[in-house]
Amino acid sequence: MQYNWDWGVIFREPYQEWIISGIGWTISVSIAAWILAFSLGSIIGILRTTNNRISRRIATVYVEIFRNIPLIVQMFLWYFVFPELLPNDAGMWVKREMPMPEFTTAAVCLGLYTASRVAEQVRSGIQSIGQGQNNAGLATGLTTVQVYRYILLPVGYRIMIPPLTSEFLTIFKNSSVALTIGVLEITAQARQIEEYTFQGFEAFTTATVLYILVTSIVMILMRVVEGRVSIPGMISLGAK
Amino acid sequence: MLKRITILFVSVALSFLWGTTTFAEGSFVLKRIKERGTINMGHRESSVPFAYIGSDGKPIGYSIDLCMKVIDAVKKEIGVSNLRINYVPVTSQTRIALMANGTIDIECGSTTNNLTRQKQVDYLPVTFITGTKIASKKGSGITEIEDLDGKTIGLSLGTTNEKAVKREAARLGIKIRTIMVKDHPQGWLALESGRADAYASDHVLLYGLISKSKNPSQFQVTGRFLSYDPYGIMVPRNDSTYRRIGIVTIADLMRSGEAKQIYDKWFNPGPTKINMPISDTLRVAFQIQALPH
Repeated sequence: MQYNWDWGVIFREPYQEWIISGIGWTISVSIAAWILAFSLGSIIGILRTTNNRISRRIATVYVEIFRNIPLIVQMFLWYFVFPELLPNDAGMWVKREMPMPEFTTAAVCLGLYTASRVAEQVRSGIQSIGQGQNNAGLATGLTTVQVYRYILLPVGYRIMIPPLTSEFLTIFKNSSVALTIGVLEITAQARQIEEYTFQGFEAFTTATVLYILVTSIVMILMRVVEGRVSIPGMISLGAK
Repeated sequence: MLKRITILFVSVALSFLWGTTTFAEGSFVLKRIKERGTINMGHRESSVPFAYIGSDGKPIGYSIDLCMKVIDAVKKEIGVSNLRINYVPVTSQTRIALMANGTIDIECGSTTNNLTRQKQVDYLPVTFITGTKIASKKGSGITEIEDLDGKTIGLSLGTTNEKAVKREAARLGIKIRTIMVKDHPQGWLALESGRADAYASDHVLLYGLISKSKNPSQFQVTGRFLSYDPYGIMVPRNDSTYRRIGIVTIADLMRSGEAKQIYDKWFNPGPTKINMPISDTLRVAFQIQALPH
């Protein structure tokens, strides 16, 4: 291979700064999107398990829309098409005045997309508990809200920790799609370095290592969480 | 013993002879082209009018025409009568990797030749000269970069234009908000939809974008050049034998005036009505680079 390796490039200014700022944006977009995805996804997921037909239908439609459209297309739609659908002033506000338009759009888009996936995990987590516990709770005089609050959710979320960990890891990797609307996260910065210096292999290797580093930390954290909250004698005990 | 030494000497001498009769003194590119019987031509797909896909699905354009001349010379050099051309589409992100790993033997598009990039690849002579300018809506009151103080400009990620605008803004001490876009169509969309007040790119590409927009009379390209971007055909690094074939070909075209003819075919006014007569700078560049034999 006719390639002139130069690992020094990633430590040189301004490229080192770009990498640091890039990983910063990757983490910010992912965390912001995850907060949205987890809260909204939980609500949608719970709605999908309730007995009310209308709320179940709404939740199902949400999940099907958001998980069946490619993320990169959703990014484009939110950034370029959504502001045009708003009344003129509001559209201009989104395009011009909104603080950090690219970041906000990316976080919201990624959050809404991941919410549909989280919702499915939440639904399956709750449904895996089985009808018996639900019935038992209702028989002892708890209301539906109380059954969810004290029985289904505490147990369900513990079961969900491993699949939710994957979703959390996926959000970091999916955040790279935000580069298509101009968020200078780590993949965008790697591209940028490659364009400036033509040292693409070094830049992308660095980005890869940083992704693995971040996701490893998340994985370890989730393990700790799983161990801390486990109920003795139940499944999903961190398999010790 | 003596016989053995003689054989050794003869074989060494023969190997030297052999070495000189093969065309390329260590040209790994010519060697692999001959072995494959194929030359892999990397080309851009939407750099109008340098390299883009024509109506028959094959790449056409100014850079493609020049590349074809180089490929003809390569064919003659290695003495293969039917050399197949394998078209490999490249993007600004893939061109270096594909050249470094030996997938493509030549890149034809709109690549700026700069000294940093020469650490990684080599270039044939400069065949086009452009620079960064700003496109905006007519009546926006924007003519120079100074007018963008407090306004928003769209920049294509990782281009020399981005570098130039940021450097000028820093030098002049003005605050310009930037929106990064991933390619020219998105940059143009940002300008059209009012997300950005201006879009900066190589001036030739801006004219191309305007000519393709819904309402060309609505837009203008203004201001001084903010950077100097000479385009060249890209070839693999560390193969001066192969590169020389390209340099000779391009120099011949420039000397004979054929380069100017090819230029006029694509730019004056050109199939896309880009209407850019050859600039004085490029005319002089053609003269200077037409080295004698």
